Amino acid sequence: MNKVLQQTVDALHEQYGDVVEQVYEFRDDVIVEIGRDAIVDVCRWLRDNEHCPFPLCEDVFGIDAWTRKNRFEVNYHFFSITCKQRIHLKVRVEEQDPVIPTITGIYPAADWYERETYDMYGITFSGHPDLRRAYMPEDFEYFPLRKDYPLMGIPGALPLPKRG
Amino acid sequence: MGLESALGEGYLTTKLDALVGWARKNSLWPMPMGLSCCAIELMSAGDPRHDISRFGMEVMRFSPRQSDVMIVAGTVTYKMAHVVRKIYDQMAEPRWVIAMGACASSGGMFRSYSVVQGIDQFMPVDVFTAGCPPRPENLFHALIELQKKVQSQSVLDYRDKKEAIIVS
Repeated sequence: MNKVLQQTVDALHEQYGDVVEQVYEFRDDVIVEIGRDAIVDVCRWLRDNEHCPFPLCEDVFGIDAWTRKNRFEVNYHFFSITCKQRIHLKVRVEEQDPVIPTITGIYPAADWYERETYDMYGITFSGHPDLRRAYMPEDFEYFPLRKDYPLMGIPGALPLPKRG
Repeated sequence: MGLESALGEGYLTTKLDALVGWARKNSLWPMPMGLSCCAIELMSAGDPRHDISRFGMEVMRFSPRQSDVMIVAGTVTYKMAHVVRKIYDQMAEPRWVIAMGACASSGGMFRSYSVVQGIDQFMPVDVFTAGCPPRPENLFHALIELQKKVQSQSVLDYRDKKEAIIVS
């Protein structure tokens, strides 16, 4: 981990020590796992801190880990334009309660990313201004990127016009 | 010969089906239903090197009401299928359909929940074209096969439920 990111992570530990669950590195990417209720505060701090601000929300996406505990995880990628650093946040949620507070209040760019994540995994983002499906038809009843959704889909779930 | 010699110069006798088929096959106006990378090959089919106008088909009509043959060039998702069908329904009869490339013919490499595994599931198809994407030459092969089909069809019963042609 380089100096700048190390300082950011240290400051995060200092500020939000009780919600930072884990910090690890994978191929030079720093991943910070945090509790879901703190995501908005941590994002606001990341965006606004003076040392190394992360004003750019590059991506938000879900993963279906297909585990009994903490089945779904949502990843956030932030980029610091001034420091040229990238940091990743990770939030895990249970299958029975896949709800995460939205970060659209801090990063408006996350709006459609969260819609996509909702569309594909059924993870809802509480407080989101317009949480509609992003890709699938609005009356579609499933979440296609969940591991228990068959690859070829469920017959009849997506209607076709009559051949006629 | 017979009747023509009796009528004098400027007359010839033929079957109406043959005459109409000849006129139709040489002025097929395509509806370019470009949906993905096949549309790029469809565009290059219109360039001077390949020159689709040799077949009387250079008049790409972006209005379905003025076109005769729909070239479905690309991946058709379930969501898009309704749009393709709606445009097809707006085309005046007689109308023909070319499924260009692997995706339109069979879903191609997209074996997944979101892609229709062949457009013949929701609309009639006259010619299937192989390739991913097909070269312009293969599209012309399909067009020539379609011309043969158009020529052979009757004015009264243009869609005579013949088997679709597969071009590879």
